[in-house]
Order: sequence, then structure tokens, then C-alpha cells
Amino acid sequence: MAELHVELVAADRKVWSGAATIVVARTASGDTGIMPGHTPVLSVLETGPVTIRTVDGGTVIAAVHGGFISFADNKLSLLAEIAELADEIDVARAERALEKAKSDLDEHAERRAEVRLFAARGLKAHA
Amino acid sequence: MGAQLRVYKRRIRSVTATKKITKAMEMISASRIVKAQRAVAASTPYADELTRAVTAVATRSNAKHPLTTENPNAKRAAVLLITADRGLAGGYSTNAIKASLVLSERLRSEGKDVVTYIIGRKGVSYYTFRGLTIAESWTGFSDKPTYGDAKTVAADLIEAFTAETGGVDELHLISTEFVSMLTQNAVEARLLPLKLDEVQLSDQTPAKSEIFPLYDFEPSAEGVLDALLPRYVESRIYNALLQSAASEHAARRRAMKSATDNAGELIKSLTRLANSARQAEITQEISEIVGGANALADASRGSE
Repeated sequence: MAELHVELVAADRKVWSGAATIVVARTASGDTGIMPGHTPVLSVLETGPVTIRTVDGGTVIAAVHGGFISFADNKLSLLAEIAELADEIDVARAERALEKAKSDLDEHAERRAEVRLFAARGLKAHA
Repeated sequence: MGAQLRVYKRRIRSVTATKKITKAMEMISASRIVKAQRAVAASTPYADELTRAVTAVATRSNAKHPLTTENPNAKRAAVLLITADRGLAGGYSTNAIKASLVLSERLRSEGKDVVTYIIGRKGVSYYTFRGLTIAESWTGFSDKPTYGDAKTVAADLIEAFTAETGGVDELHLISTEFVSMLTQNAVEARLLPLKLDEVQLSDQTPAKSEIFPLYDFEPSAEGVLDALLPRYVESRIYNALLQSAASEHAARRRAMKSATDNAGELIKSLTRLANSARQAEITQEISEIVGGANALADASRGSE
């Protein structure tokens, strides 16, 4: 089966890298799915979940907050200022952050917390 | 105990206490250098990917961006100086401050007004003590900077650069480059306007030497560049902060090591002095006793 090489990199560390069959990420123009052999593309990521289907049938979900996606020669780079894998996310903390963001009427923080919760719960649904 | 001996003993005690402190600081710094170097290494994949992306956009499109356009008659230049929050790091902060003064002087001789931005308490106190003006300063994260810190600094600087009126025309950065455990150099670099043909990857190869595929840009080349360039500036500042933090720890370790060595030597020579003072005291006591006994013997012989 065709596969593509994925690197998910945050500003201060490499979060995940490996082979995948499809990667779905939210870009400025909507959710984009990238499969092996996609045309070279470079676009802006929105705050949202990134879903990576690995070659062995597993799923990696990460919450990313702002960044870029670039694909060329079957190599996909996801650059994010902040990126967290679903199993690293502290659900209780994200829920608290969501509550706080709602009460502070901070839209960005609210969105970030929602994405985090979505990613963490999405992983449980797959498991 | 004689007065002289007591003074030596007291000084030895105080130097021993100081030595313990400097030894502890040396070991703490040594362990933090490793951590700081790891942070630098961990940030390079992001910096490299970002550099590639910026170069790819710049080579494939002729998009003009405010952050890359040069002002032919630049009037105001900003200098961002990175120093330490705490002292006892040898010449670390002083070297960076000196480099910034030299640079400011040069910019002034080119007829530009210099605006200074400072990171780190040491730089701030140097400038305020001499009555020099600081446009803005950030403190409290010099030994362990996070990406968020770099973002705050970059946001203010980009705002100053893109401001319609009263903004700055160029931005220079003074940071300390970590060469090795023993060598750290204060270096200056022009951050803005960006010169895209000089963009380098972490291993010093120019990013332009690579051949880039024909990318589809979403939403558009300009849109991508708009989002990419500020990130690029942030990542440059972040990298400079991390390098400077590693340099700060290395400089502190070296300074504390020589302080510990000096304290050891001082203790040694003070112990020698104390020993000879004690010996002199004993000798004096013996000669007093002998002298007294002789006098007694003489006196009793005379009466017989």
C-alpha cells in the first residue's frame, strides 16, 4: 500500500513522525485530506484536530494551534506553534480551560480548549 | 588563641562557605547547559522546516511583503539586546551589552535613530543606570525561555516594524551564540527586513540551494507568506533566546568554576598563614617561659 512520511513538529519539539496512509487537517479553506501522491501543497493550518491514519491501521490524533502544512515528494510536514497528541492531553485541565474561556468570553481560548477536548475524546472513541 | 590566628581562622571559615555556594552554582549551571542544549536541538526541526517553507514561497512567487521590503532611506533602527536576568555569569551580559553599544554607535553614524529593546534584567539595569532610553523590555525568562516568550517579543517588534508612522525601518538582534562549553560569542544579525536569499538552514547551508517542487498555495501565495513570515521571525528570536540561555549557563559555569578554584587556593594560602601564626605564637610562648625561668634562676643564684 502506498504510504506517505509524516512529520508533526511543534516549535519546541518533534511531536510525531512516521508512515501514514492518510492525514486529515483543518486548513484555512476547510478540512483537507492528504493521501500519498497528492500534488505539492503548502497551506495555512487553523486551530483544529489533525488525524493521522498510520500504516498499521492505527490512528493518531493531535490538537494543533496555528501553523502550516506542506506536502512534497510524499513527505508531509505539519508545523504547529503548539501541538499535543491526544494521549498527552489532560482532559480535566482542558475542561477547566474551556469553562474559564467561556466565562472570560475569550473566543480563541475557547476554541483551543474545544479542539483539545475533541482530540482527546476522538482517541477514546477509536480505542 | 592569638588575635592574628583568630582573624585567619575566621577568614578561612568565610571563604569555605563561599566556596560551597560557588561549587553548588557551578554544578547547577553544568546540568542546565545540557538541558538548554537539548532545547536548542529540539527546536531545530521546526526552524528548518519553516525556513524551507519560507524559501519555497519566496522562490516560487514574486509576492511582496511589508516584512521583506527594504526602506532605501531608513531613519530609525531598532536593536534587540538579549542579556541575562541574573549576574555571576562572567562577561556574558557585558559582552552582549558592549556589542549593542558598538552597533548603536555604527547605526547612529549612518544617520539613523536607534531604538533599544532589551530582554534580561542585566541589560535593563545597565541602560537605566546610565540614563539611556529603552523602548521596551522583557525580563524573567532569560535562563529558560519558552516559545510563548519569543512570541510576545516578536509580536511587539513586528508591530513596531509595520507601524505606519513612528515605526522602525530595520531591526537588529544582538544575542550570544553558543559555540562550545568554553566559547560563547556575542553576535549581531539583521532580522528585519528579511533578506530571503540569505536564509540559512541550521547546518549553515543556504536554503536556496535546494530545488523546490511546484507548490499549490492555499489560500494564496500572499496569504501563506502573510502567515509564514511572522512565524519565521518568532522562530529566529526563539532560537536566539535558546542559544543565549545555553551561553548564559555555560558562562556562569565557567565563572563559578574559577571562583571555586580561587576559593580553594585562598583557603590553602590562608591555612599556611594560620599555621605559621600559630607556630610563631608557640615559639614566643616557649621563649617567654625559658626567659622567665632563666631570670628566676639568675635571681636565686645571686642571693646565695
